[in-house]
Amino acid sequence: MSASSGDTLTMDVPEDAGARHWLTRFNPAAKLLAALTLALGLVPAADPVTGAVVLAAAVALVPFSGADVRTLLVLGLPFLLMGGSTLMVNLLYGDQGAEGALGAAVRVLAIALPGLLTAVSSDPTDLSDGLVQRLKMPERPAMGVLAALRLVPLLAHQWRTITLARRARGLAAGGNPLRAVPLFFGRLFSLLVRSIRTGTLLATAMDARAFGAGPRTHARRSRWGRRDTLLLAAAPALLLCAYGLSYSTRTLVLLWTGTG
Amino acid sequence: MADIRLSGWGWRHAGRSAHALRGVDLRIDTGERVLLLGASGAGKSTLLHALAGLTGPDGAISGHQEGTLLVDGRPADRGRGLVGLVSQDPDSQLVMARAGDDVAFGPENLGVDPARIWPRVAHALDAVGFPYGQRHSTSALSGGEKQRLVLAGALAMRPRLLLLDEPTANLDPEGAALVRGVLQRVSAGTGATLVLVEHRVAEVVDLVDRVVVLEPGGGVVADGTPAEVFARHGAELAERGVWVPGRDPEPSVAPAPGGVPVLAAEGVSARTPAELGVRGGGRRTVLEDVDLEVRSGTATALVGPNGSGKSTLLTLLAGLDRPHRGAVLPRGPLAGADRRPLSRWPARRLARHVGTVFQHAEDQFVTASVREELGFGPRRAGLPPARAEARVDELLQRLRLEHLADVHPYTLSGGEKRRLSVATALGSGPANAPHVLALDEPTFGQDTRTWSELVDLLAALRTGGSAVLMATHDPLLQGRFTDTRVRVGGADVHVGEGRRA
Repeated sequence: MSASSGDTLTMDVPEDAGARHWLTRFNPAAKLLAALTLALGLVPAADPVTGAVVLAAAVALVPFSGADVRTLLVLGLPFLLMGGSTLMVNLLYGDQGAEGALGAAVRVLAIALPGLLTAVSSDPTDLSDGLVQRLKMPERPAMGVLAALRLVPLLAHQWRTITLARRARGLAAGGNPLRAVPLFFGRLFSLLVRSIRTGTLLATAMDARAFGAGPRTHARRSRWGRRDTLLLAAAPALLLCAYGLSYSTRTLVLLWTGTG
Repeated sequence: MADIRLSGWGWRHAGRSAHALRGVDLRIDTGERVLLLGASGAGKSTLLHALAGLTGPDGAISGHQEGTLLVDGRPADRGRGLVGLVSQDPDSQLVMARAGDDVAFGPENLGVDPARIWPRVAHALDAVGFPYGQRHSTSALSGGEKQRLVLAGALAMRPRLLLLDEPTANLDPEGAALVRGVLQRVSAGTGATLVLVEHRVAEVVDLVDRVVVLEPGGGVVADGTPAEVFARHGAELAERGVWVPGRDPEPSVAPAPGGVPVLAAEGVSARTPAELGVRGGGRRTVLEDVDLEVRSGTATALVGPNGSGKSTLLTLLAGLDRPHRGAVLPRGPLAGADRRPLSRWPARRLARHVGTVFQHAEDQFVTASVREELGFGPRRAGLPPARAEARVDELLQRLRLEHLADVHPYTLSGGEKRRLSVATALGSGPANAPHVLALDEPTFGQDTRTWSELVDLLAALRTGGSAVLMATHDPLLQGRFTDTRVRVGGADVHVGEGRRA
């Protein structure tokens, strides 16, 4: 990441993704499957140690994801808040004490971070190619989501314009939260109207280019290498290590034995 | 390579009682280049969409069809890859994140062998003179570059019929000229049949060899070479609002009275907002240390290419946004309302003294009917209900919107929306007209009738002592109604004299 783009949230991957961005070289479908495996595998573990092993492994991968810390923090903020509130709620009202609360919080983060790394280290186009060609997802929703992603910056621009236009008409909350709420929904409605119009135009343009008229071919091939297979194998292996460690240190608590 | 036959063809949009087009008999032979003309609402775009096969049973546009429409002897069908369509707005036509992928999208949909797609992509990008590589991001392009990419996407499908729906309407003059140049080359090179819809006829008349005039709700009313059609029907077409070459509207505007400064930009700098999801698109400086004075009773045009910052400068001068550095200060009568920089004024006070008209009229509508929309300003300015009502009636009549008083502003046509959006910014009466009226591309996409009405409205405002500020590409507006021309570009601003009206 160059210093000049520090102001920008980057969701696409640099073209020069080299050794430093090792994680970007995997097939996005493989990363997604690995993240899903980890997430599902962690569900039964209610103790902090099992989750912490997976979390530590995921954190160790952060420098190889090609994402800058700011992007990760902004995108990961909801999960950090979720982890924090899980901790507080379990601490105050849970029946498993501090250890159980910490376990629940660590698990939330350990489930979220691999998915987040998949998202920031994958090019959306490659992800969609992987989903369609490797995981046999249906074509229409995958292309639809891809096209919609392109409209996000456009939407942000329209939101700013609508906000300025409200001020021009004499509508601004001026720091009054009671007035801010209806004004916010008014702007949201305007944005909705604009985005429906843009979406309709885009759908028409896609149809005009024969989208959905018959079977498609794929100009880009979603490549699956040995490293992708290895990544798929690494996920259960990591889970095995995590459970092994917590079991051998007698800290393992399973969801269904936790209350006992 | 593709011929078109229409007989007794008509189309009614779903949920409408009136036909967009009816009784169209038209024959276009292979390789012809045809310009479709008609007043706004004459169903030109509808015909293009039908030719593109978008109105079929599984098409994007639903409605009721009558008569026959044949392309190469068969009903139009988008799956045959026969037809390429290019529309107005480049942003809503690009599908993929990378330029090459976007051009490949059409061939993929047609089921072209992957090994043969990339040579096609390279060829199409070459044909439109696309200046970047295939991996270039589609969001990091100017409007003209985007539109050339859209055209490449259509060409890569090897269409035998190319349909163009105002392809240069959203572009600045430089971008539009580039796209027209590409169209000229392409249509000569491929021999494809070309059907074009365009408001600004003079600019595309060299591209076509035939002009077809459509009647709203009806069929073909004139057909022939451009010279024939304009000689025989020119006056009548101009009367209906069509931009006929050599028949530009000649509004008689009162001379600018001139006056004291009302606004002053002092050392204003602006940066683009931080954007989500665009790599390397960090905040860029668009305006640097701009000093500018705006006088009452004058019309000022901010000109320059797209992305030069003229819209940004307009929003700053209108007090809607805070500059990165410097300030926009009220002067003279405007300073009587509030001495602080305009960006710090409360919204309600700003709206009473400085009006703004946005490029997309919908962005500024805040109520559910035309009547409420017109009454909104006067009522908020504290006018008694009876006087506010009288003001609304006067505006409705003046703008020819009486019959639409109770409809939702979103359902108006483009010209009606534009007239309404200008009217909402006019203030609560001639006595308290805004000191400054700022307009972003006010004449964009309008027919000659709306164009003339707008100039009349703005001229009356200027005569009354208001300052009119316009960000505009329109050379006619700059020629007929501009006192000061401000060239914005390269973070720099040059002030020059406009031609006196």
